[in-house]
Amino acid sequence: MNSILTINNLTKKFGYLTAVKDLSFTINKGNVYGILGPNGSGKSTTLGIVLNVVNKTSGSFKWFDGNVSTHDALKKVGAIIERPNFYPYMTATQNLKLVCKIKGVDYAKIDEKLEIVGLLDRKDSTFKTYSLGMKQRLAIASALLNDPEILILDEPTNGLDPQGIHQIREIIKQIATKGTTILLASHLLDEVEKVCSHVIVLRKGVKLYSGRVDEMISSHGFFELKSNQNEKLIELLHNHPSFDKVVVTPDLITAFLKEPMKSEDFNSFLFDKNIILTHLVQRKESLEEQFLQLTDNQ
Amino acid sequence: MLRLLSLELQKLLLNRTSKILIFISFILPFFVILLSSLKINVFGFFTLELGELGVFNFPIIWHLTTFFASQFKFFFAIVVVSMIGNEYSNKTIKQNLIDGLSKKEFILSKFYTIVFFSLISTVLICLISLCIGLYYSSYTEFSIVLKGTEFLVAYFVKLMGFFSLCLFFGMLAKRSAFALAFLFILFIIEWIVFGLLAWQFNANVAEKTQNFFPLKSMYKLIDQPFQRIAMSKFPDKSNLVYDYAAHGYEMIIVLCWTGLFIFLSYRLLKKRDL
Repeated sequence: MNSILTINNLTKKFGYLTAVKDLSFTINKGNVYGILGPNGSGKSTTLGIVLNVVNKTSGSFKWFDGNVSTHDALKKVGAIIERPNFYPYMTATQNLKLVCKIKGVDYAKIDEKLEIVGLLDRKDSTFKTYSLGMKQRLAIASALLNDPEILILDEPTNGLDPQGIHQIREIIKQIATKGTTILLASHLLDEVEKVCSHVIVLRKGVKLYSGRVDEMISSHGFFELKSNQNEKLIELLHNHPSFDKVVVTPDLITAFLKEPMKSEDFNSFLFDKNIILTHLVQRKESLEEQFLQLTDNQ
Repeated sequence: MLRLLSLELQKLLLNRTSKILIFISFILPFFVILLSSLKINVFGFFTLELGELGVFNFPIIWHLTTFFASQFKFFFAIVVVSMIGNEYSNKTIKQNLIDGLSKKEFILSKFYTIVFFSLISTVLICLISLCIGLYYSSYTEFSIVLKGTEFLVAYFVKLMGFFSLCLFFGMLAKRSAFALAFLFILFIIEWIVFGLLAWQFNANVAEKTQNFFPLKSMYKLIDQPFQRIAMSKFPDKSNLVYDYAAHGYEMIIVLCWTGLFIFLSYRLLKKRDL
């Protein structure tokens, strides 16, 4: 698989504070990656380093095959960091022309990309007249100008209203379906869960996990149960070899699986034991639950 | 190089404030010089015509016009300082780097712009001096016209040096107002050091040392021309000899400062986390 970005033992210290500690991971072509972590976990610092705006303390990173300088590699990358940064007195078109000059891209791309983010009818308004949502969409248009090999988004929905968030996510999904590699940093777990196939979890600058989203913790899911004979059911669950832990709340029994089990098999097993279920749901932990487990365990 | 220059020119010329300031810093001095060359009737009492005083004679006109025009450099200095300050306050410096501009290219694009405007200003002042001179001067022989054109070189070097200093202060302070304050502080510091040296040693040593300071060395390139004009009226007063020439070594000092300021700006940007 083609690697786009390789990070090896990257460390960044701000004085006594270590923002990123000995971080290594690889971004491969064609996947959608999420960098997940609470505020201050080193997501933005890591992106800042690979984007040439923050100096690393030690370690190394390389773009593509490592034969191009960082600033030349960045011409093939599209990136948005935190807030959209443009010249307030220039119109959208003028701002994008400037980016074209920097990246060495043809001006013809400008209208095409403004169309994608739905700003074509406002292209001659100055940037300062834009709403935050429009600014963020302009930033995405700007990042797409060079048809990038990888799109890096740092908290792209930060501070947006629900419509704005929805619009940005739709655009991201649209881009992802075209096969563009995406690296999305966020502390919003459902955001990552909705769009990402791979995830890198950071806490206090240390990597806790990297890999596929669905393999984040080795879990076989759990059943949520209600029945007419709760005491008998709980006793049965405790003695059943497939179950690890049973959590009982007044209105719900949650049984965590140790090994795979189908819900129909479980249901017929209980039926044989004369327990009738009034409620049966089998599901896996959401990313949020997995994430909290992961960050609590270590 | 043209790519970097066109980048910066787009940033400047689309901004109304900097457009006005550029206009003022280039057009105003020429307008003033042009106006002063006209015959002015002061309320009918007497006519003031500077041309009659011989100030527009070659070669002294080169000295006079460059001296006056360089007083207006402060307007463009504001532009230089704000073009750095705006990049920081809009965070566009960060975006430029992310978009694939290297830190070296960023500084170079600013420096090319400085050179570009210094050059334009020098060419303009050359043209206007030539026109006024050819109109008023008593001597228009080619050799005399060419004499004193070293002031044009000095003018160019002076502008470039001063704007590079502004660029450096802009990078250092990140904010326009603070950078201008730094400029003023540097001016005061230079005089304090001068005072200390004069007190510790003597005025001669102090003055010689002061000629190496950034602001003073830039000022020294084109000394004030009034004494020279006065002297030209009294050729017999040879004891008032004053060194007004634009010397080569003075230019070298300023060029060294220019190089140093650009280099320091680059180092500062390279070391800094944005």
